[in-house]
Amino acid sequence: MAGTRLTKMTAVQAACEALDPVAAAGSHCYKSLAAPFLPQGPGVSVVRQRQRMDYIAYFAQQLINGLVLGSIYGLIAIGYTMVYGIVGMINFAHGDIFMIGGFIALISFLILVSIGLTAIPVILLIVLLVSMAITALYGWTIERIAYRPLRHSFRLAPMLSAIGMSFVLINFSQVSQGARVKPVPPIITGGYTLLERGGFVVRLSNVQIIVVITTIILLALFTWLVARTRLGRDMRACEQDQTMAALLGVDVDRTISMTFVIGAALAAVAGMMYLLYYGLVDFFMGFVAGIKAFTAAVLGGIGSLPGAMLGGLLIGLIETLWSAYFSVEYKDVAAFSILIIVLIFLPTGLLGRPEVEKV
Amino acid sequence: MTGPASGPVPNSRAAGAAFIFKKSLISALVALVLFSLMIGIRTEAGSTGQLIYWTRLPELATMVLTVFFGSIVIELLRQWWGPVTTIRIVPKPIARGLAVARRGVAPVLLIFTFLVPVIFYNQRYILDLGILVLTYVMLGWGLNVVVGLAGLLDLGYVAFYAVGAYSYALLATNFGLSFWICLPLAGILAALWGVMLGFPVLRLRGDYLAIVTLAFGEIIRLVIINWQSLTGGPNGVSGIPRPSLFGIPLTPGDDGLAARLGIEFSPTHRIVFLFYLILALALLTNWVTIRLRRLPIGRAWEALREDEVACRALGINTTTTKLTAFATGAMFGGFAGAFFATRQGFISPESFTFQESALVLAIVVLGGMGSQLGVALAALAMIGGFELFRGFDQYRMLVFGIAMVLLMIWRPRGLIGHRAPTIFLRHSQAISSDLVKEGAG
Repeated sequence: MAGTRLTKMTAVQAACEALDPVAAAGSHCYKSLAAPFLPQGPGVSVVRQRQRMDYIAYFAQQLINGLVLGSIYGLIAIGYTMVYGIVGMINFAHGDIFMIGGFIALISFLILVSIGLTAIPVILLIVLLVSMAITALYGWTIERIAYRPLRHSFRLAPMLSAIGMSFVLINFSQVSQGARVKPVPPIITGGYTLLERGGFVVRLSNVQIIVVITTIILLALFTWLVARTRLGRDMRACEQDQTMAALLGVDVDRTISMTFVIGAALAAVAGMMYLLYYGLVDFFMGFVAGIKAFTAAVLGGIGSLPGAMLGGLLIGLIETLWSAYFSVEYKDVAAFSILIIVLIFLPTGLLGRPEVEKV
Repeated sequence: MTGPASGPVPNSRAAGAAFIFKKSLISALVALVLFSLMIGIRTEAGSTGQLIYWTRLPELATMVLTVFFGSIVIELLRQWWGPVTTIRIVPKPIARGLAVARRGVAPVLLIFTFLVPVIFYNQRYILDLGILVLTYVMLGWGLNVVVGLAGLLDLGYVAFYAVGAYSYALLATNFGLSFWICLPLAGILAALWGVMLGFPVLRLRGDYLAIVTLAFGEIIRLVIINWQSLTGGPNGVSGIPRPSLFGIPLTPGDDGLAARLGIEFSPTHRIVFLFYLILALALLTNWVTIRLRRLPIGRAWEALREDEVACRALGINTTTTKLTAFATGAMFGGFAGAFFATRQGFISPESFTFQESALVLAIVVLGGMGSQLGVALAALAMIGGFELFRGFDQYRMLVFGIAMVLLMIWRPRGLIGHRAPTIFLRHSQAISSDLVKEGAG
């Protein structure tokens, strides 16, 4: 995700580090200029101590950023892994569903603000519900139009149809909303200072808290849904054996539709969180985010729900840490390379079940 | 967007009408909700950077009404056409005629292609289009080796196209090497990258293979964008030398081809030359593929596609089989890339996005997986169809996407049909894309 606030910030830090690795150990540039005026401790060991603290503080900040980004990826990845588990296809359009969710959140936010609503929590709640509802309908419609007729076709057909659908969605939002990036002013401001060590401040902003808490709540809800409800049971039944499930009275079509609806709703939440966190949406953001979320799903072992979340967090962390310590430009390359490396050694991902080769 | 698709088939005519009306109404309602925010409201960054929005209710109403009437029409067509499962029997004479025609298509098409520069000598546009179509035919035939023959799903084919293009561009602009030296080099380099991709995916199956090849394609593109000192980054490489006819440049100068032959110089000469060049390269790809199919390695590819476990049991080395498939496909991609670079004179990472991979894969699948003629016809249909929408540039990908979805629903096994395996034991089983599962075949 290029051109975002986060990457710009880390870019500055990375540049500082390149200029002066010792002084800028995880700090903003001006901090290193101010270093001589800071109270000096007696002796070298204290200085060293402080530098190690700086390092830890910097790492802690990156960890927070990575976990927040990872939550967003995880929410998208669940949609991929769920659809893969039940229908056995890569829903290539899922990343673009995420993008549509971001757009709908943006538009509904604009409308709510312009009709004079000022209470931020109310606005956020309405935006969340509206974008989840409409995006879920997108998921449902796409399944109905592009995937259901191909249910019993050969394997490649739904995937190609999904690639086509992804192009349709990208182009649809480009044509209907224009190609330019849509920025919004920060909606939620403020935050807490967690740690201040050696001149480096570890901050946890309110947006980050909201993203993480929303993700945790949704995950809990979702886990409950899969484990305890009738729908969840139907979904697990369809995952194991669709024909048998149908024989035992499970409405397979409806269950698959609901899978897409839930996946799209979670992607819509991810889109809204992305909008809140980075303050922008554009029509192409779904492609890269989608590939990375799919990477996350595969990394965690496709078909496994905890795996998707774990993979999302890992990809978020890898990406953030790589931008912080190595180079911002190659963060995507790093994420994809780690995917390839993991798959060489664990061909079914981290938590995936090994497939038995049958003759 | 037609909304709900199937339902109980009504008996009486009146019930049918009510049924259609109800369905279309639901579709229109769904469309209304879907488009309410995305089309009904348009956002744009205002002059101060603040987002502003305005409503577009007429457009929204038009879209919803289009969906409503469109879905009535589709529903009527569906009832008129009858259930999809009905088998339509083609009368025998017509079937025989079709079979004869089918056999004749390939030679006629080949002769016509040879004559294109003669017939359309003065129509630069058609010649350019022909070159473009042939480039995609070549890419399709190259990918066909990997997907159609060996049954390995490759979503990152464009990476090899990029490697070929950049190999030629950088070798030619930095070291002044000629096209004819760079062409094999580009092919070899691309093949090496194919082997490099092949190694990590040897053990992978299914969608893991798809995602790794996709990631590989993205890695190559990202490295090209970011390695600015070598590749020029997003600005690309410009001033790539044009090809020469074995050392004789196609320029108006004294040593140019026109001067040597004693004819008047025309810029069309170069276009015609490029046309025959890509035609030769494409035919080379085709010939090599057809010949390889009859060699042990080609047989091994097809066996791998059919059953990997059986392959291993029979002592076929699946490692080398997979790697050679990747390398061969990549080499042809590299040739096509070098040609692309010399034809354009300028390349940038924008030409090597995932869309290209998807387009080439769509051509292979629509061509019926493994059928050489099918791939050529599918490339012609796809690129030609693209050109029809040149005027509406911003809607092009929209139409391409819709076409892909519709074609998958209508002819999921390809436009042209299947190809039988080169050899078989007792009965020939039709080949189709079912077999491209996952490198497992």
